[in-house]
Amino acid sequence: MTTIKLLKSASFGLAACAVSFAFTGQASAEDVIVGLVTKTEVNPFFVKMRQAAEAQAKEKGAKLIARAGKFDGDNEGQVAAIEDLISAGAKGILLTPNNSSGMLNIIKKARDAGVLVIALDTATDPADAVDATFATDNFEAGVQQGAYARKALGDKTPIVAMLDGTPGGTVDTFRHDGYLKGFGIAEGDPAIAGAAITNGAQDKGQIGMENLLSKNGDINAVYTINEPAAAGAYAALKSFGKEADVMLTSIDGGCAGVRDVKDGKIAATVMQFPYKMAAMGVDAVVEYAATGKKPSGFVNTGSFLITDKPVDGIESKDTAWGLKNCWGD
Amino acid sequence: MSAVPVSPPEKTSGVMAKIIGVPSAGPLLVLLAFGLIFAITNPRFLATHNLSIILQQTVIIGTLAIGQTLVILTAGIDLAVGAICVLGTIIAGKLVTSGYDPALSMAFSVLVCTAAGFAAGGLISGLRLPPFIVTLGILGILTAALRLISAGGAFPVRDEFLGWTGNTLRLGGFIVTYGVLLMFVLYALVWYLLNETKWGRHVYAIGNSPEAARLVGIPVRRHLLSVYLLAGFIYGIGAWLALGRIPNADPNALQTANLDSITAVVIGGTSLFGGRGGLIGTLIGALIVGVLRNGLTLAGIDPLWQDLVTGILVIVAVALDQLSRRKG
Amino acid sequence: MKTPAPLQPIPSDSAGIVLEARNVVKRYGHMTALDGVDFELRAGEILAVVGDNGAGKSTLIKALTGAVHPDGGEILLDGEPVHFKGPLDARHRGIETVYQDLAVAPALDIASNLFLGRELRRPGIMGSVFRRLDKKRMRQEAERSMAELKFRLPSITNAVEALSGGQRQGVAVARAALFARKLVIMDEPTAALGVRETGQVLELIRAIRDRGLPVVLISHNMPNVFELADRIHIMRLGRRAAVVSPKTHSMGDVVAIMTGATRVEEARDPGV
Ligand SMILES: Nc1ncnc2c1ncn2[C@@H]1O[C@H](COP(=O)(O)OP(=O)(O)OP(=O)(O)O)[C@@H](O)[C@H]1O
Ligand SMILES: [Mg+2]
Repeated sequence: MTTIKLLKSASFGLAACAVSFAFTGQASAEDVIVGLVTKTEVNPFFVKMRQAAEAQAKEKGAKLIARAGKFDGDNEGQVAAIEDLISAGAKGILLTPNNSSGMLNIIKKARDAGVLVIALDTATDPADAVDATFATDNFEAGVQQGAYARKALGDKTPIVAMLDGTPGGTVDTFRHDGYLKGFGIAEGDPAIAGAAITNGAQDKGQIGMENLLSKNGDINAVYTINEPAAAGAYAALKSFGKEADVMLTSIDGGCAGVRDVKDGKIAATVMQFPYKMAAMGVDAVVEYAATGKKPSGFVNTGSFLITDKPVDGIESKDTAWGLKNCWGD
Repeated sequence: MSAVPVSPPEKTSGVMAKIIGVPSAGPLLVLLAFGLIFAITNPRFLATHNLSIILQQTVIIGTLAIGQTLVILTAGIDLAVGAICVLGTIIAGKLVTSGYDPALSMAFSVLVCTAAGFAAGGLISGLRLPPFIVTLGILGILTAALRLISAGGAFPVRDEFLGWTGNTLRLGGFIVTYGVLLMFVLYALVWYLLNETKWGRHVYAIGNSPEAARLVGIPVRRHLLSVYLLAGFIYGIGAWLALGRIPNADPNALQTANLDSITAVVIGGTSLFGGRGGLIGTLIGALIVGVLRNGLTLAGIDPLWQDLVTGILVIVAVALDQLSRRKG
Repeated sequence: MKTPAPLQPIPSDSAGIVLEARNVVKRYGHMTALDGVDFELRAGEILAVVGDNGAGKSTLIKALTGAVHPDGGEILLDGEPVHFKGPLDARHRGIETVYQDLAVAPALDIASNLFLGRELRRPGIMGSVFRRLDKKRMRQEAERSMAELKFRLPSITNAVEALSGGQRQGVAVARAALFARKLVIMDEPTAALGVRETGQVLELIRAIRDRGLPVVLISHNMPNVFELADRIHIMRLGRRAAVVSPKTHSMGDVVAIMTGATRVEEARDPGV
């Protein structure tokens, strides 16, 4: 009985201790509070975004409160995060919505409460639910990937494999369609040997590629939704002894992906700039707090093709530049 | 000769002793302590607006945790809570988008959730399979089925009735949603069932010792089935509440609801070994998790502290339970 | 050791027989657990059932209470043939059994355990429509029956797990006493108990008998049996070897019959 009582008070103390210890980084009342709500905490893309936002907020004398969903699709977690941020008195919230329509109600609530809401990386549906969107033009990034792949293939007859992310996602659709546009073919073209769902994960990329190669061994161009999927595809190609014959391209600009380009595993990747989105977002909130001026519309934060094997007529940067500007580690 | 002759009434024994002996006193103290810390660090925490936000944020997990409590009291575990609830949102959403009557659609989807609970209960009681495995299997099956039904993607559900639980009303300066009220009604009803009826007694008895329950004549299997059935029904209501929170049917949603609801139940002092604990503790447990997350955000603190503190609380709760059981 | 006196079975007095079994057979596969056993329990007595391990005591009790279905023979309650489908059937006829593993829910309090499976509901609409338990009345009944059995407990609202082994046994015995209308059967209720606690349980058994209910007591503990029993039913190899009175026979006599050292004429079947 006494042990239990002791443990009870001990646990209590421990938990309270953890909380009060955590408070050492508390905001002072005058700081402009900028909220950042990302999809998850673990993805290096969002880690970079958060670091950049923190750095920018520090420079501007603002206070950043970063929150995230627990998993891809955690709408409830993101809604709760926004509610908490409104309660905390945030001036603006930077949001990468897990689901382009799931956040509409809470976004409206936030804006009604006078909070500036900016979508980063992923647009909402409808896009004007938020004040502004700072993101990569994913369609354009897809076009860059597709155009490079087509040019680099030369006069080979293209046989294409599509390693998609999660069907139904807006980013997924834009990149996929952009690639086809850049490649110069339409959906349903006989040049497309098949498609696989990877959820943007390496293991599923590998399995998907293996299955597509079993179906058609003559595949010579592979679209990938992101670099982990491309890394998986490369492993599959290698096990089939085809890594040298296939034009493997990707999108993202993670450092691991850029290194894969440098090592010749991926022919080219299209880099996007999460730190730009975050930094621009923080600036916009700080400006709004000071002047009441809101940004609006879609702001393209840009994308660059990274490759060490440039082709004529397509603008690109080499991996040395890429490694300087990539995100993650 | 009557089995139970009537006898004169006895005088009621120490009310104070009873209150101190209440099993949810510990979790309540933890909740109040956190409330105090947060109130001191940020006065916004106690704003009625913020308190009502915390309640609203507790609605989904708090409701799912009712079913989870029932299941855990029988020494079971339910890993399919979130999946069944999401199934409810998607079915209701699909039906309404195809033009069916919203109330009927919601009723049908609650029925489907109840049937899912019935299926789980049937496999567990009928074939005597372990609840962990059965609900893990159902989680897998539903995850796949949900992707199929919704063709992989989430879709918005814009309907007045389905979103009704998200509407607000004023209760003396306090803004609550109908969803919050519905959750409290569910808590009250199930609390009554657990504490004031034979059915609830037998839930505890089965969780304590299924063999003893059988020997005293409780139809153990049928009773287990009724527990999972009721849990499924509650998850169905949870689906309605979820649509009120987020008017969106997303097959990827609520993936951690199983662990989150188990966390609330365990922090609330209910034993994972069954037969001990109760619903008030679960409500407090769910509130503790909500208060932690909200309070830390208001204080501008990294949310990883929430996971850390929650983790400590879970381990302490389980350790306390083990100790008290060993003593017995 | 002196030569045992010639053993005479106690003549059965067919009036006042509460429970009776005639020529009951129970086989488990090739194993014949009960090989035509007879049994009779008289009003108001404590009947001990003794025998070696595997002699068929538990099987006999199970056959009497519907926990197993006999392959042959008949069972009579108050002279009427009965066929119990399960233990619940027997309980509905007023037969209560205290199982060796007690069948209590440790985390529930004493009153809840006493009424487990037979909870009382409130009178009127609260009970019939709202199914509300009458906790107060159950507590009162529990306290009253404990007092009547002169069994001391810390408090009726204590969880059973907080009780000593003897007190728990007491709860199980009291439950049987509270609900039995015909008779109580106990399978080794003092196994694994200390001297003092055994004494408490024996007191309870006497108290039940004093309330006018006959008791069947299975036990390996000869001193206990001789202290309590009015008659001793001795099982051997699936049959009743003899029924003797502790007043006329010694423990040595009973052990001798149990082990087959002494053979006895059966009352009902003199051919053996
Ligand atoms: N369920 C069963 N299946 C097969 N055989 C059984 C079963 N139950 C009992 N037996 C056999 O029937 C015989 C009588 O068993 P029973 O349990 O009635 O003995 P007992 O007199 O109660 O012994 P103990 O003093 O050890 O409790 C034993 O040989 C036993 O092995
Ligand atoms: Mg036995």
